[in-house]
Amino acid sequence: MKGATTHRYGMVIDLDKCTGCGACMIACMAENNVPFRDDESDKLLSLTWMRIFRLNNGKPFPEADVCYLPRPCMHCEGDHGHSPCVSVCPATATDYSRETGIVSQIYTRCFGCRYCMGACPYKARLFNWWDPVWPDGMEKFLNPDVSPRVRGVVEKCSFCYNRYQLAKNKAFLEGRRELEENEYQTSCTQACPAGAIVFGDLNNPHHQVHQLVDPDMAHGGRPRNPNAFRILERLGTNPKVYYLSSREWVRRSGDNTIEGEGKLKSH
Amino acid sequence: MDRALIPDGVQRDPLWKFILKLGPVVAVLIWGVVAMFLCWIKGLNQTNMNNYYGFALWIWADLAVIALGGGAFFTGFLRYLVGKDDLKYIINFAVLVGFICYSSALLILAIDIGQPLRGWFIFWHANVHSMLTEVAFCLSAYFGVLTIEYIPLVLENRQLDRVPFFHHLSHNMHGIMAVFAATGAFLSFFHQGSLGGVAGVLFGRPFAFREHVFIWPWTFFLFTWSAAAYGPSFTIMLLKITEKITNKRLVKDNVVQLLAKISGWMILTYIIAKIIDTWYWAAVTAPSKGFTLIDFYSNNAFYGLWILFLEIVVGGVIPAIILVSDKGRKNAKLLFLAVVLGVIGVSVNRWVMVLQVMAVPIMPFDQWALYLPSWQEVATTILPVAYGVILIALSHRYLPVWPQERELNPIDAPSAPEAAVAEDIDEAAEAAPDGDLAPAQA
Amino acid sequence: MFPFNFEWIWDMSHVVFMGGLWYALNIIGIGMTFCIIKAIYDTVKGKDDGHHAEH
Repeated sequence: MKGATTHRYGMVIDLDKCTGCGACMIACMAENNVPFRDDESDKLLSLTWMRIFRLNNGKPFPEADVCYLPRPCMHCEGDHGHSPCVSVCPATATDYSRETGIVSQIYTRCFGCRYCMGACPYKARLFNWWDPVWPDGMEKFLNPDVSPRVRGVVEKCSFCYNRYQLAKNKAFLEGRRELEENEYQTSCTQACPAGAIVFGDLNNPHHQVHQLVDPDMAHGGRPRNPNAFRILERLGTNPKVYYLSSREWVRRSGDNTIEGEGKLKSH
Repeated sequence: MDRALIPDGVQRDPLWKFILKLGPVVAVLIWGVVAMFLCWIKGLNQTNMNNYYGFALWIWADLAVIALGGGAFFTGFLRYLVGKDDLKYIINFAVLVGFICYSSALLILAIDIGQPLRGWFIFWHANVHSMLTEVAFCLSAYFGVLTIEYIPLVLENRQLDRVPFFHHLSHNMHGIMAVFAATGAFLSFFHQGSLGGVAGVLFGRPFAFREHVFIWPWTFFLFTWSAAAYGPSFTIMLLKITEKITNKRLVKDNVVQLLAKISGWMILTYIIAKIIDTWYWAAVTAPSKGFTLIDFYSNNAFYGLWILFLEIVVGGVIPAIILVSDKGRKNAKLLFLAVVLGVIGVSVNRWVMVLQVMAVPIMPFDQWALYLPSWQEVATTILPVAYGVILIALSHRYLPVWPQERELNPIDAPSAPEAAVAEDIDEAAEAAPDGDLAPAQA
Repeated sequence: MFPFNFEWIWDMSHVVFMGGLWYALNIIGIGMTFCIIKAIYDTVKGKDDGHHAEH
């Protein structure tokens, strides 16, 4: 791992609490000026920084069970100090911050080769197939702190980085260098009516995210909490979004296993 | 009409026939150009790509033409650096094919990127850790080398050659061509490899990911090797097609045999390495990520084990066996079959390493992503083919591409009264239905 | 691409990658410059090299 990361902002999503209401998706779109079109029926063309997957256990009634899994950008750190997408970008248009652990996307630098989309196993990177067109009058209600994107560039969840900047500015004016836990929260976290999403600094033992998953930093942040898991742990992407569930089938849905494997292998 | 531009001692179709034959190809070219401008003006929403399928048909075409264009660097490498002197009779054509392939590849990349006007960012803001950066740099630089290799051929056009400066420039460029060829080989080894690396480094995509040697995944070496192996096969395939269309022998058999033999041994060694790579990936790499081989080839409507068989056995083992055996190589039909299968094999490999990579689901709750290209994608993918046909036709007509053509297709020296008739190639060629002037008819 | 680009770091990756690239570009550039200058010289001198060398 190259250099120490001061903060490691991350997210914990309790899947037992998530009802799949989609409030996080809406809040995300409003906060980040995510454009939409008249016809959004083809979801593979939609820009959904936060997307909810519907999982089921494949069993018939009465054992049938479903689970809703919100998927933001995982802000991977990677086993070798680089996320799958950052190292492949040919124009240095995406970067991994050693200060926050956030994977950024520089829209004005991206020229739309989409190699990062191919590299991301979570399909969290999205392409602007069209120029954004806002319904009449809506442009007045766009978030002034987030730049809208043009056609032909890739975008993705930024952990509401604009909020981090605002919080840092405020702290600076007040003569502080560090942020309180509640000073920097993502829009999806605040919008979730079930309180399923928790956000904070995984490096800070006082933050709820740290307490919920108890990350083992010596092993790439792997959760020590037996109910916590990360998606595709075996790939070595080392994501900073954790999920909680008391249901074993949900936890097993987080990674690929070969038939006969009793337990998930650690990478 | 254009007699003055046609090389001495060779016969070509009359101009009207040449234009008529190229007509349909030009129509296809225009179709492709319209689609290209649609993509540039309206954006990539003209394609059927989506957020799951970020690479599509033309990126496969891009990788395929670069692999097939590998004939240029490898033939140059053999001719100028290894010293296979006989290959001088086919090097012009290999360079021409390479020039077409690489100019097409660059054009495709210019269409493919979402913000074409920012294309230069890849150079200016280069991330040296990205395989794509290496591809962009080496590909552009190598295209420069190919242009340098093609320019002398253009300057040898009968009329251009009369200009002293062009004559001397062409002469001087030939003089140090080995230096350019060596530079081209150096750049090619890297960009061909980097194209393999583009897929091989994707540790988030277990279908593409391969183990590394130092910083390079196995695919790096396999791509270079396969381009060197199959590129000459593509050159031979196009030579045979050109000979069929022009109804002329353009290169002597011993030259073709030499290139076919080298291609055959390269394919054989490559395919052994590819089989080992596939086995290791299926038995060790993929299972370590939670996948079995069959996961990549089942539960979808298109990708089955047949594609693996097509790539490795039909497109690899069979052409290798034909081309390394004397009997197989010397049988014209088998030779053609082998080079066609080889071209299919390497094209399927590039398809698999680009498009199937996008299609395979990775998250356990995700689904296969299959897509059908839009007409704009198909048109822009065919565009380079039409462009290639036109450039080969023009080069064949006006440039001395074939050093052995005059020897292989001698024109009887006409007697004095007949000289005027024979000189008018247009009329003479009209008498010959296939465009050739048979000695008896002359 | 250039040391004055702000992404540039004087590390092994940049030195090896860009070194290799600039090396190749220089060979191409110097080679072509040589050919062009010599062609101008030959033209001015009215040099007659007879037929083209084989290629």
